[in-house]
Amino acid sequence: MRRIWAILVSAVFLYFLIGTYYPTLPEFGNIDMFRRVSFNYISKSTTKEYQPVEFKKSNGLEEGSANVVTSIVVNYRSFDTLGEVTVLFTAALGVGILAGFRKRRIEFEEHRVLSIAIGIVFPIVLLFGAYVFIHGHLTPGGGFPGGTVISLGVLLLMLAKNEFGVTDVAKHTEQVAGSGYVLVGLIGMAMAGTFLTNILPTGTVGELFSAGVVPIVYTLIAFKVGAELSNLISEMREGDKA
Amino acid sequence: MNNVFDFFRNLELLDWLTYIVGGLLIIFSLFAVEAKKLFDAILALSAVSLLSVLFFIVLKAPDVAITEAAVGSGLASAVMIFALFRIKAGEKK
Amino acid sequence: MIYYISFILIGIGLYGIVSQKNLLKQLVALTIIDTAVNIFIVSLGYLQGAEAPIYSVITPVANFVDPLPQALVLTAIVIGVGTLAMASMLLIHIHEKYGSVDVDEICSAKEVIE
Repeated sequence: MRRIWAILVSAVFLYFLIGTYYPTLPEFGNIDMFRRVSFNYISKSTTKEYQPVEFKKSNGLEEGSANVVTSIVVNYRSFDTLGEVTVLFTAALGVGILAGFRKRRIEFEEHRVLSIAIGIVFPIVLLFGAYVFIHGHLTPGGGFPGGTVISLGVLLLMLAKNEFGVTDVAKHTEQVAGSGYVLVGLIGMAMAGTFLTNILPTGTVGELFSAGVVPIVYTLIAFKVGAELSNLISEMREGDKA
Repeated sequence: MNNVFDFFRNLELLDWLTYIVGGLLIIFSLFAVEAKKLFDAILALSAVSLLSVLFFIVLKAPDVAITEAAVGSGLASAVMIFALFRIKAGEKK
Repeated sequence: MIYYISFILIGIGLYGIVSQKNLLKQLVALTIIDTAVNIFIVSLGYLQGAEAPIYSVITPVANFVDPLPQALVLTAIVIGVGTLAMASMLLIHIHEKYGSVDVDEICSAKEVIE
């Protein structure tokens, strides 16, 4: 009886979605770029006149990072990223509160091959995570996948040895990095008038030291996300040290 | 017969990927909803995440592909398997 | 064509939520809906013949797909993982209190308690 109801609900929803909504969508692969807002984001000209941007030649624009998605996430819509960091913090806070009811640890069997191989693999995983978040404004990636790769390295360590535990270092790193982001915004407000402005000089498009505050903000976000996710996995595994 | 051959010769990469990977995506998600054991459902969810990364690469979105690959098959599976172990350990008492 | 795949996946996820009795299976179906909506949003910004939105040696002058949906989906993926972690902890608590994660057994256990 339950399945018949489920098929009925799903079929009615699909009928409305494909019948009424699908004809109003634009044709796939055939959009008009000059009418969309992203045209101003790509040519970096939201407050000035239009001027074509070229790789390693344009200098002193209003935004200097070569990755357009990074410039949208960290510079043009930086307040939304602050809201996302807050949502992650609330989820980790909820898990931390709910996990402290009983101290019972999940035990794994120890494999000899895994324990020896992790000694070689773990520094390489950390190096890859650091590469992804440092070059966030030049290559794809950024702070969020970089922090996740770092926390996956910590998960590998947790699977290799049963006595490994994340100590208070992760908590203090997360607190310092999270308030550092708000501090960068307040410094921008003190020096230029609005919250989260870009105060450092933007250099040439494509160099490592360019784009103002963007590499600093992505480094802070990567530290916060990495510490938070390793704390979350450690809490789910063994509860609070009460 | 010639119509069928012309159809197969005019497909691009995006069409090949839509038919083959899209079909696999639908089959795996049906298996994830209808599996008998919970462990098989979590593994099929990890496979759905990994196949959607292929879609993101061909649609020219490298940022989204790297984020979904790191988060979807690494972290989501680990969190759900830890929750499953805790539920099973409490049930055996 | 990709629009059809995304809509069918949303339909399968909805079928999973209504028809399954185990709460963990309903969480798996919710995550399938999450992934399908992300694919749909990214496919709304595709332009045929254009390249990925990064200034590099291959594309020194702009000829890009739409970068705005990709920025939105980047946020949505991370928030989906946060919601999943929170829901799993709540399920562990429900199992501690009622003794099972089955919808029918929880309803009858609640009637016995009241």
